Amino acid sequence: MADSPPPLRLYPLGDAAVVLEFGQAIAPATHQLIQAFAKVLARHPPPGLREVVPAFTTLTVYYDPLVLFELGEASPYGQLASALQSLLPAAQAALAAAEPGPLVEIPVCYGGDFGPDLGLVASHAQLSAAEVIARHTQPEYLVYMVGFAPGFPYLGGLDAGLATPRRAQPRPLVPAGAVGIAGAQTGVYSLPTPGGWQLIGRTPRRLFDAGRARPSLLQAGDRLRFVPISEAEFQRLAHVH
Amino acid sequence: MSISVLKPGLLTTVQDLGRFGYQKEGLVVSGALDAVALRTANMLVGNPETAAGLELTLRGPALRFEADTLLALAGADLGARLTGQPVPLGRPVAVRAGTVLAFEKPGASGRAWLAVAGGVAVPPVLGSRATYLRAALGGLGGRALQAGDMLPVGEWPAVGRWLFASILPQAAAGGWAAARWSLPTPPLASSGAPLVVRALPGPEYAQFAQASQQAFWEETFTVTTEADRMGARLSGPVLRRLVDTELLSSAVAFGTVQVPPGGQPIVLLADCQTTGGYPRLAQVISADLGRLAQVLPGAQLRFVPVGLAAAQALYLAQERRLRALARAVHLKSLL
Repeated sequence: MADSPPPLRLYPLGDAAVVLEFGQAIAPATHQLIQAFAKVLARHPPPGLREVVPAFTTLTVYYDPLVLFELGEASPYGQLASALQSLLPAAQAALAAAEPGPLVEIPVCYGGDFGPDLGLVASHAQLSAAEVIARHTQPEYLVYMVGFAPGFPYLGGLDAGLATPRRAQPRPLVPAGAVGIAGAQTGVYSLPTPGGWQLIGRTPRRLFDAGRARPSLLQAGDRLRFVPISEAEFQRLAHVH
Repeated sequence: MSISVLKPGLLTTVQDLGRFGYQKEGLVVSGALDAVALRTANMLVGNPETAAGLELTLRGPALRFEADTLLALAGADLGARLTGQPVPLGRPVAVRAGTVLAFEKPGASGRAWLAVAGGVAVPPVLGSRATYLRAALGGLGGRALQAGDMLPVGEWPAVGRWLFASILPQAAAGGWAAARWSLPTPPLASSGAPLVVRALPGPEYAQFAQASQQAFWEETFTVTTEADRMGARLSGPVLRRLVDTELLSSAVAFGTVQVPPGGQPIVLLADCQTTGGYPRLAQVISADLGRLAQVLPGAQLRFVPVGLAAAQALYLAQERRLRALARAVHLKSLL
């Protein structure tokens, strides 16, 4: 798709961030271009760059206007916007050579105390609990972005037949590691928090750990597969992690 | 060298200028709600601006300094007292070991920052000492101070030692003295007047009805009781979006004004999440973020529009002013 026009729109988020918008809808191709752009930026950081936040269709670039003020005559925003725009061809070239992100396996103990809403999801989908587990563990999910809470992955790839509305009354406290479904999304709670997702299981792996050099287990661009485990296996792994 | 916490205060946390580089992993920035106030307090005791200090909320703590200490306060006046006497803001204060800093001001409002020479030397987590309460991370065990805590203090910078030596001889019997000079600390709204912050239109500004855009800039908002370090829910005119399509989550930051479907805006603060899905009506300019630190329940808030070039020029002016202040402190320490 090298001959399609550059699908890039830039706009400010205040006076110290610029948003690069690569599309309007959630799509693997848009995601891959954002990932490629982020990699090019990491290799060739423009002056003043502070950090970047990838999302579904955007890459937000935080910067220090002071650094750019001291560099040139053009406005800090103007300088950075043109520097970013000039990186687009390199990102598109990198896209062609891009390799799929690492595959991360998330062991999940489904149902029982760990997945109190598994039965509800099953009856909503008119499936058995075993069929829900089979359909939830079948796809290879894509981590589109990490946000909302430290280490919380936004996943694409849920079997449409498993979509279930959120609970009318959110639970006051959902434990870290809870695996849930909300509408057409599935995800894993990374911190104990109130939440309205339908809980179908729990993983013993820690999605966020400030003691790790990369505190979030999952990064945007990773691929993910849920692997069913028994409660005994859950207890064993919980001691390991 | 350490500080004993006799009383914790309402919400006292260790903060520095924040934890950067991990927002792509969903980790919030945190840090002092008024970075300029903390930076000024650090300058006054000779610290690097990035040193950690304490953020005080409404009712301050009671602290006993177990060693000689050079301290400075900035932000709101929460009624600081040393040996019963009021402690001025915006000045280095030399204190003898064993002295107790207390806060006694019935009905005090606002937030303040306390810096000590050497900084609060809790171990950094992911490059920062800032406390992020929700993830129980950074600061002192990831939580607010409690009675009985001991706060470690780092090694004094040379400037701090010189300042201490020049100020302490002025101490009266009480065992402490403030410098005769001061630095301007960030101005606070005069009591009764609404807090005014300048803002840029946000990415989804154009999706709001013209009457709502106008109301946002012209009306005064009241801070509700749902206000903490993450953000403050405001009450005021209902702000209507013209489209009701759901937005895809994208980045939000300290100073983002987002509007949930109910039409009452939320202004996000230092502990805000990294991404959000509500329309972003406006973004408070960098130079005014510190003012949002005084956005506590019941406060009145107004937004004034500025352009991007003006906002960045105001930020440049702020940073130049702070550099000049840092130079001035260095000169004082040499006198």
